[in-house]
Amino acid sequence: MITATPPVETKKSYLNQTEGLKSWLLTHDHKRICILYLLGVTFFFALGGIFAVLIRLELATPVGDLVESNTYNKFFTMHGIIMVFLFLIPSIPAVLGNFLIPLMIGAKDVAFPRVNLLSWYIYMIGGLFVLTALFMGGVDTGWTFYTPFSTSYSNGYVIATGLGIFIAGFSSILTGLNFIVTIHRMRAPGLTWFRLPLFVWAHYATSMIQVLGTPVVAVTLFLLVLERGLHIGFFDPAYGGDPVLFQHMFWFYSHPAVYIMILPSMGVVTEIITTFSSKKPFGYTFIAFSSVAIAVFGFIVWGHHLFVSGQSAYAGMVFSILSYVVSIPSAIKVFNWTATMYKGSVRLTTPMLYALGFIGLFTIGGLTGLFLASLGMNVHLTDTYFVIAHFHYVMVGGAIMGFLGGIHYWWPKIFGRMYHEGWSKVSAIIIFIGFNLTFFPQFILGYMGMPRRYHVYPPEFQVLNVLSSAGASILGLGYLIPFCYLLWSLKYGPIAPPNPWGATTLEWQTASPPPTENFEVTPVVTQEAYTYTSEEVVHVG
Amino acid sequence: MASHTAEPGVTSHGAPHATSTIQHHFESADQQKDASTIGMWVFLVTEVMFFGGLFLAYFVYRQAYPAAFASASNKTNLLIGAVNTTVLICSSLTMALAVRSAAIGKKNLIVLFLILTLLLGGTFLGVKAYEYNDKWVHHEVPGHNFDCEGCTDAGHTPLFFALYFGMTGLHATHMIVGVGIILFLIAQARKGAYGPAWHTPVELFGLYWHFVDIVWIFLFPLLYLIDRSAVPK
Repeated sequence: MITATPPVETKKSYLNQTEGLKSWLLTHDHKRICILYLLGVTFFFALGGIFAVLIRLELATPVGDLVESNTYNKFFTMHGIIMVFLFLIPSIPAVLGNFLIPLMIGAKDVAFPRVNLLSWYIYMIGGLFVLTALFMGGVDTGWTFYTPFSTSYSNGYVIATGLGIFIAGFSSILTGLNFIVTIHRMRAPGLTWFRLPLFVWAHYATSMIQVLGTPVVAVTLFLLVLERGLHIGFFDPAYGGDPVLFQHMFWFYSHPAVYIMILPSMGVVTEIITTFSSKKPFGYTFIAFSSVAIAVFGFIVWGHHLFVSGQSAYAGMVFSILSYVVSIPSAIKVFNWTATMYKGSVRLTTPMLYALGFIGLFTIGGLTGLFLASLGMNVHLTDTYFVIAHFHYVMVGGAIMGFLGGIHYWWPKIFGRMYHEGWSKVSAIIIFIGFNLTFFPQFILGYMGMPRRYHVYPPEFQVLNVLSSAGASILGLGYLIPFCYLLWSLKYGPIAPPNPWGATTLEWQTASPPPTENFEVTPVVTQEAYTYTSEEVVHVG
Repeated sequence: MASHTAEPGVTSHGAPHATSTIQHHFESADQQKDASTIGMWVFLVTEVMFFGGLFLAYFVYRQAYPAAFASASNKTNLLIGAVNTTVLICSSLTMALAVRSAAIGKKNLIVLFLILTLLLGGTFLGVKAYEYNDKWVHHEVPGHNFDCEGCTDAGHTPLFFALYFGMTGLHATHMIVGVGIILFLIAQARKGAYGPAWHTPVELFGLYWHFVDIVWIFLFPLLYLIDRSAVPK
């Protein structure tokens, strides 16, 4: 379909073009930087996961028998900070986006390869700050750093952690900036905006949020550090300040940040569903613009985090209505994915299982978001496990399912090896079951009134908490299995062909793994991204 | 570095040495320059959002505590602020002239105007340091024996000074970074690195420098001028 060089049998790929540690640590190749990021985010995912295990262990019994409350506060804070800022936000954009965007648009690299490498170092330095804070004794503020507790009362290492997130934020900004310029200026001849794969559209929307939102949280953390470190106050009433302003500024970024996590995942799911239905995505332009719409609406709903924080009732109403509006582009995506599968020749491969899991879990996560967006319900549910369950359905059930789906989908392209299909399917199903068992009981707990961030709870909540902790063990196992068979596949997996799934986008038109320059000759694009030659296939099923 | 031959139809840039400055992943010098320019503008957008948080805090608190802000703003030194504003605007002029000199290929003029920009920027920072010291001496640094003598609504005046130091401090940090970059540009310009065919770094740094100046153009009236005369006696 696309005039590109047929993949020639090249011995040299980006993986073995040059050798030695130095060639990796000083690389400008977006594909190698993807691997560097993959190592980084996997490490932080594991670390954040350990804290999740500790939290669920403590909550297996109603009394505080494992740790005392102060330690528990540090556990959930470190879990949140590591997972949000050091895993979820960089996960898909910096790993898969980095690898795929230049390949999907027929470019040799991102627009600024050195900036790309710099962003990885900035990310690691930010991570080191957080690790330092962790080893010195951790932080107990919750990942939201609400003032004045964080600035005047907390016993934790708020400054080191705040600086870590401040620094890591710049890595996110640079990645977003790089992608915006890359998508604008590096597209191959003939690759118009509406021929772009939808993964690229999703990342374009994500980059907009990264570029517009992250500086605001950066300056907010800067003020937080000034207030805590130098007593130059902005938020603590003792200095004349207003803590609600902190919440506004924090959520102005941190709500859109949720879309930094979910939008790339939606891009991944669109690619997977299209490929494994062997059918054009239903409503290409709707999917493309719904990504942009989510990014835009995402910036005007932050006030729904402040319904009980002394925000005016009228502001609350406006934010409530606007929050409902976000559900429209999100629903468009779910409907379009479903319609894409309809009468498609669906293949239930591992990536497809993750994508289907994503649709189900994201739908639950999204719909419970509507409960929370309604003012009256929100007052009852604020700071309960209902909120915890809701955002884990979106972040874990959504973003991580998408991340794992994408890793499985593009693994043959990235490493040139196939993984074990049986194990990977089993683990996808284990993750789905474990996830639901972990978090569905939390909806009920929250509705019954169990508040978040406590290490003790009334005994009548124990059954549901034990179910949740049991689910967490299954979920943890589900995450360990891919770690093993994916590593195994690097050495023992069958060699992957250039296009194992019969996909149509450009990244599959080059070798697996691709050569350093991506394409032997810059491809010239003459058609849309998803043109299946045998359209009759569509009607067989 | 991957060897790459330009596509047929994509002609290399006119200047003989221009092709050597194209990085391997670009097809042409124009594409490379376009990418850099868009990148700089997007970066400036992030800077607007970065300062935006502080401006928001300023507007919220000024709206909430107008009397405290009006009386506290009288503690700023109007004359010094005005002189410094002039110095900074002049540095924008010399920066623009440096870009122009690069575009027409006057190597010595690039260096001269960059040095002038550096001196004016340095003057601004020096004056700022003097002002900070003055504030310290007069106990006008919040959280450190703060005392706003004769101020109305004294409980909220620390906010004004917190914003004063936060905003001007962040601005000065950007100036310091800028001074570092100018030093680099001067060294490169002396080697004759910039000419009509390629002077993207000078041009893009010009954008940055003007942006930092514009931030000050907003800070000066907000911190020094507005409501200065509206103090209840």
